[in-house]
Amino acid sequence: MFELANPNRFQKFAKRILPWVAGIAVAAMGAGLVIGLFLAPPDYQQGESVRIMYVHVPSAWMALGIYTAIAVASGCFLIWKYPLADVLARAAAPIGAGFTLITLVTGSLWGKPTWGTWWVWDARLTSVLILFFLYLGYIALRNAFEDPTRSAKAAAVLALVGFVNVPIIKWSVDWWHTLHQPASVVRFDGPTIHASMLIPLLLMATGFAAFFTVLLLIRVRSALVARKIRALRLVQAGAGPHIDEA
Amino acid sequence: MDRIEAFLTMGGYGEFIWPAYAVAFAVLAALLAWSLRELRRNERTLRNLQPNGPDGRRE
Repeated sequence: MFELANPNRFQKFAKRILPWVAGIAVAAMGAGLVIGLFLAPPDYQQGESVRIMYVHVPSAWMALGIYTAIAVASGCFLIWKYPLADVLARAAAPIGAGFTLITLVTGSLWGKPTWGTWWVWDARLTSVLILFFLYLGYIALRNAFEDPTRSAKAAAVLALVGFVNVPIIKWSVDWWHTLHQPASVVRFDGPTIHASMLIPLLLMATGFAAFFTVLLLIRVRSALVARKIRALRLVQAGAGPHIDEA
Repeated sequence: MDRIEAFLTMGGYGEFIWPAYAVAFAVLAALLAWSLRELRRNERTLRNLQPNGPDGRRE
């Protein structure tokens, strides 16, 4: 694990695993789509609308998981000054924002036929909206300062402070009255959802996680190339070879 | 024909289900296209800065 903290080794490792992860993403999402849309049964209360679950729930898991990963990477960056941790956090943020947007839109499209409304200001929906704004704030802060080290530190602090929101989202359905249904998969007493729905759900979750990994590897590679460009330009501008890793 | 229509209408929920899937995959596709374009642009810039080959070592 610590060997991968070296950017060059990380690049080699990323290049090797990328085709495999991409294959898993396509296969798992393909199977999840076929089973979720054709083979899985309609819900006894919600009818066919339950099929929205197969994109909504895995997106929400990704939105929370990616934010947690950004918070952990930000902690590693602030405490141990791992530059790659900062690169990873920055590369992951727009992907997390994308999954949060999917969660909000698909949730709204599921809420209308199920609850009769596109939106309610209850604990679950509001806390996920706050998560979306935390992502946007993080991305904005990354681009706010001229000095990349300063914006990296400020954004890392925001990511850590904003992490309080993650457990609030997870348990909001238990702590407050809400229209949102409680957890049926990630529970202390095991899933309460039937296997015919759990299988496409887990397939889509696997596909989304693999797709996230593909995007992350591409974005980290891009960021490392950008870092090399910055270093080269500094040298060419005559700043000397020691201001390399800004 | 009837089965295709039944599949598309999804018991009256088609107007909610199909947009949900469309939005999800549109966002994911946009993220992929944007990330790949950024990578290609950066790699091109780096190649132009290093005329001595794609992986010119300089440390």
